[in-house]
Amino acid sequence: MIDSTFFVLSHAEIEALTLSVKVATFCTLLICIPAIAVAWLLAKKTFIGKSLLDGLVHIPLILPPVVPGFLLLILLGNQGLIGKWLHETFGITIAFTWMGAVIASAVMAFPLMVRSTRQAISQVDSKLETAAQSLGASPLKVFFSVTLPLAIPGVITGLILAFSRSLGEFGATITFVGNIEGETRTLPLAIYSFTQTPNGDLAAMRLVLLSVLIALAAIVLSNHLERKAAKKMGRV
Amino acid sequence: MIEIDIRFNRSNFKLDFKQSLNDPVTGLFGASGSGKSTLLGLIAGFISPNDGFIKLDDVVLFDRNQSVNLPPHKRKVATVFQDGRLLPHLNVKDNLLFGFKLTPEQDRCIDFEVVTSLLEIKGLLAKRVHELSGGETQRVALGRALLMSPKLLLLDEPLSSLDIRLKQQILPFLKRIKDEVSIPMVYVSHDKEEINYLADKVFELTN
Repeated sequence: MIDSTFFVLSHAEIEALTLSVKVATFCTLLICIPAIAVAWLLAKKTFIGKSLLDGLVHIPLILPPVVPGFLLLILLGNQGLIGKWLHETFGITIAFTWMGAVIASAVMAFPLMVRSTRQAISQVDSKLETAAQSLGASPLKVFFSVTLPLAIPGVITGLILAFSRSLGEFGATITFVGNIEGETRTLPLAIYSFTQTPNGDLAAMRLVLLSVLIALAAIVLSNHLERKAAKKMGRV
Repeated sequence: MIEIDIRFNRSNFKLDFKQSLNDPVTGLFGASGSGKSTLLGLIAGFISPNDGFIKLDDVVLFDRNQSVNLPPHKRKVATVFQDGRLLPHLNVKDNLLFGFKLTPEQDRCIDFEVVTSLLEIKGLLAKRVHELSGGETQRVALGRALLMSPKLLLLDEPLSSLDIRLKQQILPFLKRIKDEVSIPMVYVSHDKEEINYLADKVFELTN
């Protein structure tokens, strides 16, 4: 059943793969800075509404992914609260486009990036930050020259988790942007589609293998980068 | 010259301090819990007094009545901590230059060469922080504080984590700094000998 042609990807499969990588890349870039900012706020600051922010950030982790997908549709669909305005004012459509897929997976990946980064930032010894301050570093300078470099292993883990979560995102994506070949049909959606097609099992199997490879590569890369960062910090 | 007239209250802890410190090295002596480190923290700006004022030369660092409370990074007051607190992601040279680089060129009054030879740390520049011994760490921490060209240097039990032999090795360096660099120092210790060796005037804090 499996011969050498098994390893040749069809056009539709390559499309799903490149789309997935594109969506995951944009998703990671989109959430990187906001996630670090929110992680810092949650790790270092006390303010009114902190528990609310904490809850809001984490809620996509707990909800069935269809729920954020549906909420996004209500908000950003062409008839949605924000989506309608975007569409009428700027002619921008988000629902049922690859940009929508980026936003759907960003919502789902955001809590993972925040958790990992927050953990790392709260482990940075505040005594070192105080020392840097006494040497003339402003709070912003302390963040960029002490806090962030010392938290970088956690930030990297967060980025890789977010990228992987985005690659695997299914429920919110299919609800918000559908399953349009070449536009929103990412790897998991393509696998799902193939399993629904007669004789699609082989193609599905190929994409499953590919997903496993990508996941393994992400884990290996994450471990490698963390080790490198730890070594630089003199912890190994 | 430092003028201090402050009141500081926290649950179960009260500190009143009123003094003018005019000497090259002022010693603060007292048992643990007497508020020595707290006083340094108040001068450095890590914590704020409840009332009063702190003036360094003609700069007001804190004044309750005028609502002045300069943040630590604007005070030009460097602290050498008991535990060194070198930045683990930087090597020795970059640690030394951390405050130096943040000081505008026209305000720099201490030379890198001078400090590194005074403290005999030239051979350590390329080392990573975790490769240093306790004594080396404190010398680098001292150099790092000096290189930001502070108007005041606070030393918070800088030798208490070292054994007697190492203390004896480092004390002469501190003396050298006192004699060759004209930066006023406030030296906190619970070791009377250390204080007497360095300080021109000693205040004792009691509970």
